[in-house]
Amino acid sequence: MGSQGQAPESLQGENQRKWQLSRRRLLKLAGAAGATAVAAQLGAGLLREARGAEEEAQATPKRLRRWGMIIDLRRCDGCQSQGTPPKCTAACIEGHFAPEPMEWIEVYEHELPGGGTQFLPTPCMQCQNPPCVNVCPVGATWSTPEGHVLIDQNRCIGCRMCMAACPYERRFFTWGQPTVPLQSLFLEYSPEHQVPAKKGVVYKCDFCPEMARAGRLPFCAQACPQHAIYYGDLEADLATNGEAVVRFSQFISQENAFRYKDDLGTNPRVYYIPGHGEATGRSPDKKGKLPTRWTWEEKVKGGKTWKRQ
Amino acid sequence: MEAAVGDARQRLEERSLAPLRRTGPLYYGLILALLLVIAWGAYVYFYQAQEGLIVTGMRDRLSWGLYISLFVFFIGASMAGTFVSAILRITQAGWRKPVTRSAEMVTVAALVVAALFVTFDIGRPDRLLFLIIYGRWESPLIWDIYGLSTYLVGSLIYLYAALIPDLAFVRDRLGDSVPALKRWFWDAFSLGWTGTPSQHRYLSIILVTMMILMVPVAVMMHTVTSWIFAMTLREPWDSPLFGIYFVGGAIFSGTGIIIILMAVLRKVQHLEEFITEKHFSYLGYLMAAFALIMIFFNANEFVTHAYKLRGHIALHLQETFVGTLAPYFWTYFWGGLILPVVIVALPFTRNVAGLVVAAVLVNIGMFLERYLIVVGGMHLPLNPYPVPTYTPTWVEWSLMAAGASVFVLIIAVMVKLVPSMAVWEMLEEPAGEGDLGEAQPQRAARTARGGVQ
Repeated sequence: MGSQGQAPESLQGENQRKWQLSRRRLLKLAGAAGATAVAAQLGAGLLREARGAEEEAQATPKRLRRWGMIIDLRRCDGCQSQGTPPKCTAACIEGHFAPEPMEWIEVYEHELPGGGTQFLPTPCMQCQNPPCVNVCPVGATWSTPEGHVLIDQNRCIGCRMCMAACPYERRFFTWGQPTVPLQSLFLEYSPEHQVPAKKGVVYKCDFCPEMARAGRLPFCAQACPQHAIYYGDLEADLATNGEAVVRFSQFISQENAFRYKDDLGTNPRVYYIPGHGEATGRSPDKKGKLPTRWTWEEKVKGGKTWKRQ
Repeated sequence: MEAAVGDARQRLEERSLAPLRRTGPLYYGLILALLLVIAWGAYVYFYQAQEGLIVTGMRDRLSWGLYISLFVFFIGASMAGTFVSAILRITQAGWRKPVTRSAEMVTVAALVVAALFVTFDIGRPDRLLFLIIYGRWESPLIWDIYGLSTYLVGSLIYLYAALIPDLAFVRDRLGDSVPALKRWFWDAFSLGWTGTPSQHRYLSIILVTMMILMVPVAVMMHTVTSWIFAMTLREPWDSPLFGIYFVGGAIFSGTGIIIILMAVLRKVQHLEEFITEKHFSYLGYLMAAFALIMIFFNANEFVTHAYKLRGHIALHLQETFVGTLAPYFWTYFWGGLILPVVIVALPFTRNVAGLVVAAVLVNIGMFLERYLIVVGGMHLPLNPYPVPTYTPTWVEWSLMAAGASVFVLIIAVMVKLVPSMAVWEMLEEPAGEGDLGEAQPQRAARTARGGVQ
């Protein structure tokens, strides 16, 4: 493992928080201004941090989870059979209010050596030797002990060094003021669910750590109609696609799983089982997928969009 | 002979004091024009800060563009200054004396402008201080920031130390005839220099220490700048050659900038007697030598890449030699490398005008080279999608013009505050090659021709 950034201390506590309507945020929105509010916030913050540390101390004897993903390409047909744009991408965009043109999990169409194509859904690879984390000048992106690579958008200065470093191009920049839906204003910001979006900083797939903690699959895995995405814990050696449970290590060995650009030595936590959607009956010659739409953004006004290019 | 040297001294003093004494309308015109461009740049910058980097041509798949190219270019321009001046001082090249001051000014101005272009490129300029507060030493960008500040502080000390005797000289000569602010400036910053032996001893200790320190610092500066690129996994950047390649390129373009500045000062301040054709041809030789070194580096880079054609290199070479980047590359190659060497090599073009043309060509070429490095490295698709295109927008061009104006403005202000040659060195060490003793035959020749000098 390479040198990794350290999580800012204030965020250690935040890891423990659930995705929920925040009291602090609500207070702020209600307009409880002035010194009292500031003092209350400060007090609450300190308390929470102390509590976080306590919880962490209690959690130490537990085994540390090591989250990973297996994408079964035999089952992925780029949602051709559904007649829709890839549903994993759509669900991720809806779940995270990802502004256009961000596709945190993007379905690439790769040429196959003998002609025809395969589909390759690419989330952030959650590298264990992450080039992006190594180059960040301010420690705004870091590896958690559980193996997630996260970004603190309140720390990011927008130098885009990490975007130059990422060999998978899984990082996205808010070039202009992104659209912010009203409901996302009630969510308290955390690097684990990067809403509401801000201008001039970097975003990427966060591997849905809060969903995992709550015992649910990430948005992309939940949405896949073919159950092609397995999510699991390498420590417990289990993974599930919502339909079946497999032994993580055994499954990737038996099915000859590979890692994208493995020769770069980035040591990703995302595994692919080779295929071109044959389990869905797709022929490799059937090319093309429908373009992604940002449906939530079509309902909300304001903000800017740009092209990924 | 004695009297003649005394004569030459007097003329040197006159010539170096004249620009500080009088300022013509042309100078004010220049300053006004520069300030107008800078004011426009400030407006554009606030527009960019408000709208975000969406107003530039950069996007996710080509996320560094003109700003970073210019950052690298100005870092390169800064090299020449302190490095050339320190190397020449260490090797005790007598002809350095009229050259060092302008070289050091270029360094300081270029570093300030380089830092400016980084700020232009940052998505959240309001968090610029985070680089200091939360800086992680693991990041190449932090190495560069520490490198740049070390180099800037060192260059300022080096420039300033060599300035003290000249400030005292100006204070003594012009103290009464100028506005109070200028008088105060010379008085305060000459630190009570009277030229006693102990003051000279301390000064020479500082200069020797700084010139020895500045050489490795300058090399370090350009190496870590290259590491911003070389530390990534992008194929054209992923090269151990990059550090030395950047150092070579920096000396190359920096020498060109010194030649241009010296030619301008020589013309404007009528220093023909002191900055002679010989100085230009020496700097020209240095520049030509580095043009050859750059060709060598480029050959190394392309041949080793082309032999294996690993990954996207085939596409990269295709784009560079015949594709969208080919116009830039061939302009750089023929105009920025080959033509300058030819100009320096041919005796009838090896004169001031010819060398200025060569230096301008070199700097255009090196700017294109920086652009090729940044955009050429960025535009290779890492995933299956077409090659991204990048065209700088009017915002980027405006800020480029503003940055260049800041560079010229800093130098223009400096030459009005201090003599643009190291007068004290030229006066006090007449034994060396290329100083006043050297100016002598020329003057004699001119007199023989019935010259007006």
